[in-house]
Amino acid sequence: MEETQMEEECKEEINGTQIEEKESDEIQMEERDSNSQTEVAPALIAVHPFDQSVAVAVGSELRIFNLAKNCSVSIESTEMLHKDAIRAVRFSDKGKLLVSAGDDKLVKIWSTETWQCLCTVNSEKRVSAVAISKDEQYVCFADKFGVVWIVDLVGLAENQPGSNKKAAELFGHYCSIITSLEFSPNGSFIVSADRDFKIRVSVFPRSPLKGVHEIQSFCLGHSEFVSCLTFVHNSDFPQGFLVSGSGDSTVCLWDVTSGLALCTSEVGKEANLSEEAHPAVIDLCATGDGSLVAVAIQRQVSKVPWLQGILLLSCDLSAGKLSTLKVIPVPGETFIPTRLGMALSKNLLWMVTGASNLPGSKATSFARIRILSGFNESDTETRVLEDQEIPGGEKLLEKLQGSVSVQGADFSAAADTLNAAMSSLLRKKQYSNEKREFRKKTRNDKKYNQ
Amino acid sequence: MMSGKGNISKNKSTGLPRKRFYRARAHSNPLSDSHFPVPLSPQHVDYSIHFPQIFPSSDRSGDARRIEFADIGCGFGGLLISLSTLFPEKLMIGMEIRDKVTEYVKERILGLRTTNPGQYQNVSVVRTNSMKYIPNYFEKSQLSKMFFLFPDPHFKEKNHRRRVISPFLLDEYAYVLGAGGIIYTITDVEELGEWMKTCLENHPLFEAITDEEIESDPVVKLLEAATEEGQKVARNGGQTFQAVFRRISLSA
Repeated sequence: MEETQMEEECKEEINGTQIEEKESDEIQMEERDSNSQTEVAPALIAVHPFDQSVAVAVGSELRIFNLAKNCSVSIESTEMLHKDAIRAVRFSDKGKLLVSAGDDKLVKIWSTETWQCLCTVNSEKRVSAVAISKDEQYVCFADKFGVVWIVDLVGLAENQPGSNKKAAELFGHYCSIITSLEFSPNGSFIVSADRDFKIRVSVFPRSPLKGVHEIQSFCLGHSEFVSCLTFVHNSDFPQGFLVSGSGDSTVCLWDVTSGLALCTSEVGKEANLSEEAHPAVIDLCATGDGSLVAVAIQRQVSKVPWLQGILLLSCDLSAGKLSTLKVIPVPGETFIPTRLGMALSKNLLWMVTGASNLPGSKATSFARIRILSGFNESDTETRVLEDQEIPGGEKLLEKLQGSVSVQGADFSAAADTLNAAMSSLLRKKQYSNEKREFRKKTRNDKKYNQ
Repeated sequence: MMSGKGNISKNKSTGLPRKRFYRARAHSNPLSDSHFPVPLSPQHVDYSIHFPQIFPSSDRSGDARRIEFADIGCGFGGLLISLSTLFPEKLMIGMEIRDKVTEYVKERILGLRTTNPGQYQNVSVVRTNSMKYIPNYFEKSQLSKMFFLFPDPHFKEKNHRRRVISPFLLDEYAYVLGAGGIIYTITDVEELGEWMKTCLENHPLFEAITDEEIESDPVVKLLEAATEEGQKVARNGGQTFQAVFRRISLSA
């Protein structure tokens, strides 16, 4: 109870302006409205690195389909389920673990063999991002107050499922929502992005439980919140480069060792989304060889109905360059992916769109899955698969979408609601000068102008 | 010049701003979203605004000089003014979150530059929230001295995360300080003094400075003598608690 109070307070603190005067009713109303919007959660997807399974999160529901055995996975015990919207889900690089976490302040670590919940970690605050170390020894998660935590998985046994572990503090961004958390390809750095335009690259030490104190670099240059991170790497560049997407409509390529920006791609312009409000980059997904990056971009559906699908960037690691390859349209309903996923081994790009807790709609939550194929080979054409061509077919769609065909959901309205929720959560509030002047009136330190 | 007719906010003989026209709130919320401009990165900091005589143009690609001293929460700027003449070759900046106070320091520096031609060209002030935006102003290992003098004590435990010295923020200070760089802290609140010392002692990238070095460092004497807060404490016969630590490198 006390904690939620604290959280509310902090929200107000962050949202509030410098002037700590009592706000006018009008402003308070506005803020309450925007707060309720943030409860809408986008659908998420994670693909097993070796195509063993696919996980989709819609609201508090975690849906898993076993691709190897071509059957759906059911999580029996209801105690094991999440109680509020899942905000982060990912597989470990070796594929043994799945981690899910979100607004219920629980981090759940699953075995991908047995689909038992190996351990549940209580977080003090809502969780916004998770990462798993390359050796599968540590799980790191970030909360909405900017603190990154670490859980040591040593001694986590299959035969004692459901145990609780305690997390230790790792490092912190000062009171900023962390949007994304990634380990560098060789595991030597942990990279975190926040809503204050920052990307922090920290040295991940051998004994991280004592905290991460050494900062390698800050990657600075974005002019809005940083929404997503991914690494591109291949055998020639095992260290790889960082790719970030931001609310300023750009995708940036970084050298994390120096923190230098190598290339900035203005994907908003490239995709011909010339709107006043910069459409934010929602998610990024790189191919296993680091040659291509798929970009999902926010847009106002009502204004540009003809542009759906994703943008493909080609990535030249030796030159340190990103260039726009093409826009791949997704036929059918308005499809703006909320998350992208890809296995290391195959050429399929998984895309999901969907939302939960949609206000004022018949279907309060839905998820729709589309797959792009022929991805890795440049000579064959990329193509969006028909539903019957999808691995797992109708069985998979029934499990992951909840039904074979998605009905009654207004895709474009949902996309607009999600856009609004993302903006109110991550964009800084802009107050007009008049409003700020009005709020300053009651200040008593303005004497000398009078 | 700005000291035109009717500008009562300045002292007529010295041209310096008068403090009572810059009354400020004692506290400011460091957690709130800020509405002042913040440079996107250290390269975007315009030195020609801060040090016009030393950097006549905003293009500073050919000049290797960088800001080396940062006074975090500089208040009315007493320490900066003393340091400016003590280290005339070093560039230094004060960072202050309260806009009125920043205005005052700005006017004070301009006034001093006018009355002492050629002096005080190496000192400036910026309004910012240093707890959030330190990496936007300074590159890795750029600074050699950082000052945290009489910071807001934030007594309540609930508000400890607002303290300017904290384990997480020390990571960022260690990032902008070069190896061998020195961090100076002082307070008149015993509890806060203890807190700052403990934070620094527990941080692997900082080590305490020996008493002899503290004795011989001319800057240490200024911590109390040059700052407005320090003078206030001395007037009231109060006690101060200081912690001076050096940034060390782990690999060495």
